[in-house]
Amino acid sequence: MIKLDHVSRTFQVGDELVHGLDDVTLEIKAGEYVSIMGPSGSGKSTLLNAIGLLDQLDKGHYFLDGKDTTKLSELELANTRREKIGFVFQTFHLIPRLTAAENIALPLTLAGVEHDERNERVNAALKSLSLSDRARHRPDQLSGGQRQRVAIARAVVTKPVVLLADEPTGNLDHASGVEVIDILETLNQQGITLLLVTHDTELGERAQRIIHMMDGKVLP
Amino acid sequence: MHLNDVIQFAFRAMHGARTRTYLTLLAMAIGVASVILLTSLGEGARLYVTQQFSSLGTNLLIVLPGRSETTGGMPPMTGETPRDLTLQDVMSLQRSYHIKEVTPIVVGAAPVSYQQMEREVMITGTTASLFSIRELHMARGQFLPEQEMTRASPVCVLGHTLQKELFGNASPLGKWVRVGGYRCRVIGVLEEEGVGLGMDLSDSVVMHAASAQTLFNINSVFRILVVARSQEVMDKARQDIIDIVRARHEGEDDITVLSQDALLSTFDRILIALTYSLGGIAAVSLLVAGIMIMNVMLVAAAQRTAEIGLLKALGATRRQIILLFLTESACLSMIGALLGLIFGLGANQVLQLYFPDFPFQAPDWALWAAVGIALFTGLLFGLLPARHAASLNPVLALSGR
Ligand SMILES: Nc1ncnc2c1ncn2[C@@H]1O[C@H](COP(=O)(O)OP(=O)(O)O)[C@@H](O)[C@H]1O
Ligand SMILES: [Mg+2]
Repeated sequence: MIKLDHVSRTFQVGDELVHGLDDVTLEIKAGEYVSIMGPSGSGKSTLLNAIGLLDQLDKGHYFLDGKDTTKLSELELANTRREKIGFVFQTFHLIPRLTAAENIALPLTLAGVEHDERNERVNAALKSLSLSDRARHRPDQLSGGQRQRVAIARAVVTKPVVLLADEPTGNLDHASGVEVIDILETLNQQGITLLLVTHDTELGERAQRIIHMMDGKVLP
Repeated sequence: MHLNDVIQFAFRAMHGARTRTYLTLLAMAIGVASVILLTSLGEGARLYVTQQFSSLGTNLLIVLPGRSETTGGMPPMTGETPRDLTLQDVMSLQRSYHIKEVTPIVVGAAPVSYQQMEREVMITGTTASLFSIRELHMARGQFLPEQEMTRASPVCVLGHTLQKELFGNASPLGKWVRVGGYRCRVIGVLEEEGVGLGMDLSDSVVMHAASAQTLFNINSVFRILVVARSQEVMDKARQDIIDIVRARHEGEDDITVLSQDALLSTFDRILIALTYSLGGIAAVSLLVAGIMIMNVMLVAAAQRTAEIGLLKALGATRRQIILLFLTESACLSMIGALLGLIFGLGANQVLQLYFPDFPFQAPDWALWAAVGIALFTGLLFGLLPARHAASLNPVLALSGR
């Protein structure tokens, strides 16, 4: 379902070329639970951004559902992101002036989903993440764990096939972190393909498959 | 994305940055209000002048002695002073088929007294025709009677103010007043009228032209007022006047014929130009407001960089992000323009209370132009920040790099 074929991504930093991704070849099947581990700067985020179609590649091909994404236009990329991919970030990235429910509704709003259906789906998402009593709270009225749950709800409310989580527990205490991982694993059991970047070996080792990275390369 | 969702998003964003929003709205409102107020002043001046002129009567031509040198050139060297206009000239004009009415105007100042009261006022010598030409109204009694133009008679009509000064509330009808060295009987009082630009009869004595000439010991006429039969024959009437007077003045073209319309349209043009330039000056403040919106939106794009990255991650297209930001600046300029409209029109109403004689009225084009320019600048200056926002790299935007 996700297939990277000799993919590279380099960054120009001053005069130097930094390899974010260095000739990565990788295949991930639908429904897999993969954790990506490695030291800071090893290219984990770059890999996730590439898979999430947020970043473009310098070399190689990336096939998503059998389609070569390197040939897609900007509009097609945006549409594919909206339909197939959910993101969860370390810093949540909730919009501070919107309520929890409105934050969750945002991708549906962007997709032009009708008001009633939107409400239904947002309420269902709130309920499944036990956030129903927090629907009208703004992010600054929520705890870190609650914020990340809102962010997860926002990521999955569009029913994506891939969920990309970049250090989702990085800003959380241990208990909330475990809680968030539990939620992500539950979603994976319901069928979503889960890619989880984490520092925490204990959490990382819960995955079916672990990818180790170093200097932009995937270690065998 | 549905339009009402876009608008709601914009309003949330504006609400989230209240101080900035209020300042921008204020700038836009001041811009629109100043366009409305300044153009109202210009338009008011135009309406005021037009009103004043039309109280002079319609289809009116004014004949004055001496040729006005509109074409430039040397003034006559030999000191030939223009021939005076006389009552005979006036009467001869009645021959023209295109002329409906003619009346002479003789003016001068003289002391007017009744018992102990004395007052130096303007004396107007004319004929019965002035009544209809100037569309006068009587408060009491009657106007000058019809009679042969060259005949003097010891009767007079008082202006409203003069009557008040000399007689207070008592009726002056039938009383004899002294005008210079002569005595005449008051036969009527004019109604109070707005101040005409042409001549103010309210503090004046009106008598027959021949009587006034005797009083001032002159043979000349200050002006001749001519009413053409219709608007269409104004030019023919003017030509007749010139021809008739030339024949009587041994072939000399030594008069000037002014038409009220020509004067009026000159004023009209000047005042319309004034209104436009006032509007233009005020529009600069709209431009300033537009630039302010641009700044505000650039700051917004900078402050909301992570948000833009997020929107992209959630699948927002370039167009959607441009739309979101443009809607915000359009809402800012539109609400600002509406506030300015309310404020400007309200200020007009208040000014109207304090200056009831002067019509404070914004021309329709100014209302449309003000709101139109406000929206246009809002969108134009909103476009740059919107495109800037849409072109942000989502990875960098999200990582805050
Ligand atoms: N936009 C960028 N510009 C320059 N260098 C970058 C950029 N993004 C990532 N890098 C570099 O690429 C390498 C991989 O980064 P990243 O994928 O963020 O690592 P990780 O997430 O594993 O900590 C690092 O050396 C980082 O400095
Ligand atoms: Mg990282």
